[in-house]
Amino acid sequence: MKSYKEQIWQTLFLIAACASIAAVALICIFLFTNGSKAIGEIGLWKFLTGTTWRPGNDIYGILPMIVGSILVTFGAIVVGVPVGVLAAVFMAKFCPKSIHRFLKPLISLLAGIPSVVFGFFGLSLLVPLMGDLTGSNGKNILTASILLGMMILPTIIEVSESSMRAVPESYYEGARALGATHERTTYTVMLPAARSGVMAGIVLGIGRAIGETLAVIWVAGNQPRMPKGLLKGIRTLTANIVLEMGYAADLHRDALIATGVVLFVFILIINLTFSAIKRRMQV
Amino acid sequence: METNTNIPQNENTQTSQKIKMECKNVDLFYDKFQALKNVNIEITENRIMSFIGPSGCGKSTLLRSLNRMNDLVEGCTITGEIHLDGQNIYSPQTDVNNLRKRVGMVFQKPNPFPMSVFDNVAYGPRTHGVHNRSELNNIVEKSLRNAAIWDELKDRLHKNALGLSGGQQQRLCIARALAVEPDVLLMDEATSALDPLSTSKIEDLVIELKKNYTICMVTHNMQQALRISDDTAFFLLGEIIEIGKTKELFTTPKDKRTENYITGRFG
Repeated sequence: MKSYKEQIWQTLFLIAACASIAAVALICIFLFTNGSKAIGEIGLWKFLTGTTWRPGNDIYGILPMIVGSILVTFGAIVVGVPVGVLAAVFMAKFCPKSIHRFLKPLISLLAGIPSVVFGFFGLSLLVPLMGDLTGSNGKNILTASILLGMMILPTIIEVSESSMRAVPESYYEGARALGATHERTTYTVMLPAARSGVMAGIVLGIGRAIGETLAVIWVAGNQPRMPKGLLKGIRTLTANIVLEMGYAADLHRDALIATGVVLFVFILIINLTFSAIKRRMQV
Repeated sequence: METNTNIPQNENTQTSQKIKMECKNVDLFYDKFQALKNVNIEITENRIMSFIGPSGCGKSTLLRSLNRMNDLVEGCTITGEIHLDGQNIYSPQTDVNNLRKRVGMVFQKPNPFPMSVFDNVAYGPRTHGVHNRSELNNIVEKSLRNAAIWDELKDRLHKNALGLSGGQQQRLCIARALAVEPDVLLMDEATSALDPLSTSKIEDLVIELKKNYTICMVTHNMQQALRISDDTAFFLLGEIIEIGKTKELFTTPKDKRTENYITGRFG
């Protein structure tokens, strides 16, 4: 028999859990009912693989934006993952305590910087710099990748560092007792032992990169066309929605919501991949 | 203080055996705390030396000084000399990683790495530069055979070692330590986390291993010390109170404190 008090608490917890589930459910319902209208009218295949986005002529193909999102996210991984993981290794295994005390809050601070500030930084520093280097206006895939790579750094560093620290010290001792150096132990035992946590950090970073909107709008150029190189401007899925939602109506509006559906499916795929990787690693 | 500085040599035992490791006037501090006080001990080749004594008496500390694992402890300082084959392992010329290759260690809690059985055993050889696949195969098989676990694991070499039972994990750790071909094997309460059956397997194994290795072990289990060790050192508060042939120390202890401890009056 549960006590009366326990019952109340349990109900309270249940309500709290339901509230978050309800939020997800409501978003799903909203997205899919509104999005399916446009997809039905345009045709799923035409919508996903169409390379032309011209709302004025009722042509809605979002492939350029899909490619755009994938490219900048991939670029962010290329920039952010090596730096982030190595920084985490440094923080967890090489950094003297006195330096760690300063470094740690600084990285947390980096995580707390609003994306609009990142965007402003990108616009006023990265874009002109890239413009000078490439002789164009500086708003392109590479710029967006570098900026996003910086934005996902704190996520990757913090999650990877804590998972490095969670690796049992007995592994460390075991390897050192076999005559392995500190460096070898770190890279061949400790880092691999933390790999599921490091992967978690990377996936969280990917999630942040693909969902990032504001900072990307300012530095990516936003041209809704298939990119012809890393130094060309590009529009992401998120940017597509934000830029046009303000004045869109009818099918145009629904097509933007359908863009949101595609983004949602992307995030879903990332999460599923992540849990699949995690499950395989636990065996 | 009746601290004996030498293993008493009985006239009718193998006195010809070589001293493998020797501690001379070893003092060890963790910051201000003195964990070892003027420790003198000789560890003879191809014998099993056990360290007994109550918790916190310094026996694990001494064991970890023998392969300089205490170097990893912040604030740990050591004075005196510890010799391996006549060479001071604390001299500045010592290559610590090479020392640890020669003086292997098995820990209290089995600590296989989260990788395959094969990679666990091959970790040490790879660390010391063996990368040839067939050579590694030979080393892995030989080490697992020496640790009496080859038959159990030969079909599971590429399975993750964390899936093994505690006893198997510990024998795998012994195999991993043997794979670098050490001279001395240190065992820090290596059976205390295991069930009686696994313990007895490891005890048999240790007796078998002393043919080729010098073994030094810390144990809280006095029956175990009596069963398998040739020599025993009794520690109390950082000092060696008594040291001698195991049978003699357990039957006719010279020091009252040793007698009290082995008869279970404290500790």
